[in-house]
Amino acid sequence: MSLLHLVVLAPFLLAILIPFLYKKFRHIHTGWFVLGLPLVLFIYFLTFLPEISGGGAVQETVPWIPSLGIDFTVFVDGLGLLFALLITGIGTLVVLYSIYYIANKKDEPLNNFYVYLLMFMGAMLGVVLSDNLMVVYVFWETTSLASMLLIGYWFHKERSRYGAQKSMLITVFGGFSMLAGFTLLYVMTETFSIREIIAQTDVIASHELFLPAMLLILLGAFTKSAQFPFHIWLPDAMEAPTPVSAYLHSATMVKAGIYLVARMTPVFGGEPQWFWLLSGFGIFTLLWGSVSAVRQKDLKAILAFSTISQLGMIMTLLGLGSAAVHFDLANGETLYTTAILAAVFHLINHATFKGSLFMVVGIVDHETGTRDIRNLGGLMTLMPITATAALIGTFSMAGLPPFNGFLSKEMFFTGVLNATTLDLFNMQTWGLIFPVIAWIASIFTFAYCMIMFFKTFTGKHQPEKLKKQAHEAPMGMLIGPVILASLVVVFGLFPNVLSYSIIEPVMRSILPSLVSDGGEFYVNIYHWHGPNTELMMTIGVVIFGSLVYLNLKRWQEAAFFLKERDPLNWLYDNSLVWLIDGATWVNDLQLTGRLRDYMAYMFVFFAGFMAWGLFYFDAIAIDLENTAPISTYIFVLVAVLILATISIPFINHRITAIIVVGVIGFLLALLFVVFRAPDLALTQLLVETVMVVMFLLVFYHLPELKKESFKPTMKISNLAISIAVGVFASLTALSAHAFSYENPVDAISNYFIENAYTLAGGNNMVNVILVDFRGLDTLLEVLVLAIAALGIVVLVKYTAKGRENL
Amino acid sequence: MEIIMIIAVGVIFSVATYMLLTKSLLRVILGVMLLSHGAHLLFLTMSGLKQGAPPLLGEEAASYSDPLPQALILTAIVISFGVTAFLLVLAYRTYKVHQTDDLEKLRGTADE
Repeated sequence: MSLLHLVVLAPFLLAILIPFLYKKFRHIHTGWFVLGLPLVLFIYFLTFLPEISGGGAVQETVPWIPSLGIDFTVFVDGLGLLFALLITGIGTLVVLYSIYYIANKKDEPLNNFYVYLLMFMGAMLGVVLSDNLMVVYVFWETTSLASMLLIGYWFHKERSRYGAQKSMLITVFGGFSMLAGFTLLYVMTETFSIREIIAQTDVIASHELFLPAMLLILLGAFTKSAQFPFHIWLPDAMEAPTPVSAYLHSATMVKAGIYLVARMTPVFGGEPQWFWLLSGFGIFTLLWGSVSAVRQKDLKAILAFSTISQLGMIMTLLGLGSAAVHFDLANGETLYTTAILAAVFHLINHATFKGSLFMVVGIVDHETGTRDIRNLGGLMTLMPITATAALIGTFSMAGLPPFNGFLSKEMFFTGVLNATTLDLFNMQTWGLIFPVIAWIASIFTFAYCMIMFFKTFTGKHQPEKLKKQAHEAPMGMLIGPVILASLVVVFGLFPNVLSYSIIEPVMRSILPSLVSDGGEFYVNIYHWHGPNTELMMTIGVVIFGSLVYLNLKRWQEAAFFLKERDPLNWLYDNSLVWLIDGATWVNDLQLTGRLRDYMAYMFVFFAGFMAWGLFYFDAIAIDLENTAPISTYIFVLVAVLILATISIPFINHRITAIIVVGVIGFLLALLFVVFRAPDLALTQLLVETVMVVMFLLVFYHLPELKKESFKPTMKISNLAISIAVGVFASLTALSAHAFSYENPVDAISNYFIENAYTLAGGNNMVNVILVDFRGLDTLLEVLVLAIAALGIVVLVKYTAKGRENL
Repeated sequence: MEIIMIIAVGVIFSVATYMLLTKSLLRVILGVMLLSHGAHLLFLTMSGLKQGAPPLLGEEAASYSDPLPQALILTAIVISFGVTAFLLVLAYRTYKVHQTDDLEKLRGTADE
């Protein structure tokens, strides 16, 4: 147990304490107790910077289940450190913001909120810092669980519960397939350690399980990171409190999939399937998200679709950049690694501006009572600080200078333009679609950013539509967005503060095979590239984006833009309905509640199984030689027995039925006499007598036997089933009989015959077996009788009060 | 001999199955009784019907019939007797409470 393990587990430990602190100090907002932890962790992770940026990595191991190769290994490298800094840094700001956002009222379960939030923070740290795939999976599902709890925080709202359930179903579906993918990786490499798996890339690449493992892991990453068509849970997750949306659904959890893809790039990268799946789904998600965002009326919904679209963009870049693994260092790899650089840089930028935008939207919601852009407007003068943060955030998201979004968008364009020059994976033919789609998506991105800012903060103020008197938010709420907005500006003006401290080590983690010992990636981010294609594209985006924004009314008349909900929700909602309907249909079909049907299932299965066994193994055999001689009186007995049995179904009088069954019992006793079983005959005679007497006792109380009222078809099927049961039982018995003579085995009874007197001192072998050799059977059989007797007494004697009269 | 016995057991099984598939509770109980009779008989048959003395040592015979299956059948008879008696009382009770022995009418209601 090292300090690093403690750091990952610290949020969980604090979460245990939170309810006590909440109960004990009701007048202090519980958030203050939480605030210190992410701050301390953030500072602690900052101390790693010098070592990590020097190319090092830190690793600590605690065995968990050593026999299965599952160890809790904390591994800090560039990628893990970047995510840890994002999680703790934005976590600090979100906790601070939430203290002011969620008031310390009696009916707000603050302890729940912070327990869930801390649980999420710890789980997220665990995901990004674990080296063992199984531990990653455990933490991964914990993030899903915590996210579900946080979305359903206001559980009295129906929409919250719907959103929570939906996100749970979709992310857990992905999580399970990811687990399967991890298991396949273990099958291929026999280790769960990510770094050891990376070391065996050549084994994996040629393995037949390569493709299934890749698809399953990608399914996990795509569901978590809201890629098309699994993005539908994210807009519905906006029912969560806004700090949660800012933290989970923009900055951290949705990037878990990005993290996973980046982590797995050394394993799967360089293969065409990986390249095409990532960049194809990514670019389509980018387009779909940006176009969908334009038609939203709710600010949080716009942000949700914008998050989807930006995640698609990062995914595209990771896909395009994975082509770099295909080449070695000598081949001018900067062309391909640019995409990875852009992905990492945009990952950081997106966390900063999206976090601040969510907080801004929360402030607007909190101070005006609505998030609907049709009711908002003219808030600039009322909320100047919020408006400034919003301006910086939206313009950065739109990709305008001098903010960091501009830089990452330029690099994105460079990345997709480079893609057209690739001469692998059919890119000569299809490469051009990347810049075209990226450019169109950027136009829509620009449009929704403008909608967000101008519809909210400019135009006419409509106080009559607002629930509250709009005014500036308290200081504590503004700290978060202001810090993040200043980071947007700082990273925009001085991008190179990140270059070698954070981005370069991350690129080392993603593309370890490209840097030999001592080598470094060349990372320099410039503002001014000269008048190149990327700049032209950005100018085009601004021009066409403005046109789209100015002609918004005309655009929004198109049918697609009238709907606020994503059309894919129809499929999701209906598939749930179909699933339930289908299950009900299957249940109703087989679970009829009729004893007869369940009996029929069992008998049909029994007869079918016997038939299959007999015919499949060709086991039917009839042995006519090794049989005992037939004597006439036995033959007569058996004939009478068969006749009596056959007559039973035709009897419609209960007294006759009882007598005939009694006759069969007595015939059995006679057969026992004939077959030299005196004790059996005695018992059978007694039991049968008692049974008949008992029948006659209850006789008067039993219903009259009526003629069967089954339909003829039912009768025929019953007949067929019963004949099949009889025939296959007989065939099995006959074959077993023949088999036992072909493969004779000494009966163990010889032992009993020889030793009954010498060991047990008795002459009656059956009785000696019953009470001496196998006495336990008898003991338990007595117990059975006792239980049956008690049951009968209870049944007859005790009645439920008021329900029946006997 | 075994062949004929096995055929008889098959007939008993068929009839018992048919009775178990009917709607009347009383017939189902008759089916259970028949089924246990069939099983006991099959047990005895499958242990071989070669003629020997009854399994009593005082007989001083050259060979005895197999005592072990007899002991097992004896146990089975007693157990099936207990179960059948219980079933019978259960049917009696069911009829008292619900005034019917029709399994179709004894089906659970929709809200169960």
